[in-house]
Amino acid sequence: MSDFFYRVHFYLFGLIAIASALAFVTRKSPVAAALWLVNTMFSLAALYVMLDAHFIGAIQVLVYAGAIMVVFLFVLMLLNLGHPNEISDIRGTWGRVAAGFVGLAILAQVMALAGSVAPKALVQPAGAAAESLRELNAVGTIAKPLFEEHLLAFELTSILLLVAIVGAVILGKRRAS
Amino acid sequence: MSMVTNSLLLQAVIDPQGPIAFWPWLAFTGVKLLVFFTIYMLGVAYLTLAERKISAWIQHRHGPNRVGPNGFFQPLADGVKNFLKEETLPPYVNKAMFILAPMMAFIPALTIWCVIPWGASWASPWGRVDMVLADLPIGFLFTIAVASLGVYGIVLAGWASNNKYALLGGLRSSAQMVSYEISMGMALIPVLLFAGNVTLRSIVDQQAQMHLWNVLTLSIAFLVYLISAFAETNRLPFDLPEAESELITGYHTEYSAMKFSLFFIAEYANMATQSAMIATLFFGGWDIPFMTADNTGAVSFPLVLLSMAIMMAKTLFFLFFYIWIRWTLPRFRYDQLMSLGWKVLLPLALAYIVIVATLMLVLDAAGIDRGLVYGLIFLGVNAVLLGLFFVFLDRGKIVSPANAPLHAEELKRLRGITASRARLSALSGD
Repeated sequence: MSDFFYRVHFYLFGLIAIASALAFVTRKSPVAAALWLVNTMFSLAALYVMLDAHFIGAIQVLVYAGAIMVVFLFVLMLLNLGHPNEISDIRGTWGRVAAGFVGLAILAQVMALAGSVAPKALVQPAGAAAESLRELNAVGTIAKPLFEEHLLAFELTSILLLVAIVGAVILGKRRAS
Repeated sequence: MSMVTNSLLLQAVIDPQGPIAFWPWLAFTGVKLLVFFTIYMLGVAYLTLAERKISAWIQHRHGPNRVGPNGFFQPLADGVKNFLKEETLPPYVNKAMFILAPMMAFIPALTIWCVIPWGASWASPWGRVDMVLADLPIGFLFTIAVASLGVYGIVLAGWASNNKYALLGGLRSSAQMVSYEISMGMALIPVLLFAGNVTLRSIVDQQAQMHLWNVLTLSIAFLVYLISAFAETNRLPFDLPEAESELITGYHTEYSAMKFSLFFIAEYANMATQSAMIATLFFGGWDIPFMTADNTGAVSFPLVLLSMAIMMAKTLFFLFFYIWIRWTLPRFRYDQLMSLGWKVLLPLALAYIVIVATLMLVLDAAGIDRGLVYGLIFLGVNAVLLGLFFVFLDRGKIVSPANAPLHAEELKRLRGITASRARLSALSGD
């Protein structure tokens, strides 16, 4: 019974995610495209929750759907982008065909990866996720490995983000005349 | 399905503290869904009446008193009026998003209502019944994540209306809500440090265990959260997205009838949700004060009702507070709003996280357990911090009337003014 529900929801959110992603790349209006992307992220968050990654699911909605996409929309609404055909990155028939091939290649790669067997170290025993959720709660499940095993990588990432912010501020600042 | 057969077999020896079986759980969830959301929707409708009555009281007027006894059926009349009014759809609007926007403003507030714990668990004959619709492992993060989606309704309404005032309102709201979301989240980190978990249940339990509410032990976090909550719900003094004197009515300028009304319902729904969140996070939630019988797992039904009444009273108080503030304070200017959010609240919240975390490390190292003493030490530290806060960061420095901080002499003169009528008339007589 619960397996059935799981399957139904998996396909439901999977279909919504894929359909929204297709709508995202095909819409002419940038605002509509951005909203479809929000929808994609929302369904991805649902899929994360189904994989017992509650924290990642919440953060996906909080950071991507709730903050980053709002800022995107903010910029899109402020910029008067003009006719959609002129702002497209890919122009002409040949460009589109080439882009289609690249897309197919990436899809093939994903399919090949999905078929392969993951290394043993990466595979968790059944029920491990629920176990750690009970023991360490939803945040501790992420926090423990992040701040014990991968602390250096985590701090380096945060420095990278800090550098990016400083860079953005300097680029955005008007030169003193 | 095995749960069902188990429940049938074990019917004679069910533990009232134990987990509930599937079918009773489903039935109780249905009942809770109906009760909670009926109260919510009725409450939101009657908030409009409360707002008008309280504003009338504050301004020494009568307020609505024609429909029903003392205006009691006014929300009903308003609802009927809104449904019967003409729905306008201006030309050149983006039709799909114009219709979608009011719904997107309303739904997030409704959704958060599901995770707020409303009372102690009931030791029913069928097992333990939690007085919350969905006790999520990420309860608290869920509320912030969903609350952050509320901005889409306003932004899209502004954009889809194809009206410059509406667009300005929408843009203001997106900048405002994204800014205050950050200080809101940061203000809650001390609460999480205390609780050691992100479920709302654990936050309530922790406050009961410490015998002190978080508002006393984490006062600065409470102040930052309270201010951010006002900004998040677009209430005065932060109702810049619909500032009438500047933007007509901002993002909902082009809306009429029930679509217009839905924005208002969304605002009141957001207020109700935020009030319940404040009550849960900082005021002990459903915990019955001066009583430990309600903290021993599942309890008897009268006790459950009492705890729910207490939670409701706290929520109602904050709803009153929202309305009270609206009719007391004037609106901020936009640059003041931004500088308050980014230059005062965010650094304050960040510094407070460091202080709380350090103090917790010190106290844990000193071997003090997380009880009343622990809380009292935090209470003392917060009293000192609040004193510093009010002395050093008062009116002239936090929100100045102009871009630059107030001139020292001007500040001195303003502080000298007492609000008594004789003094003010003497000033104007000069």
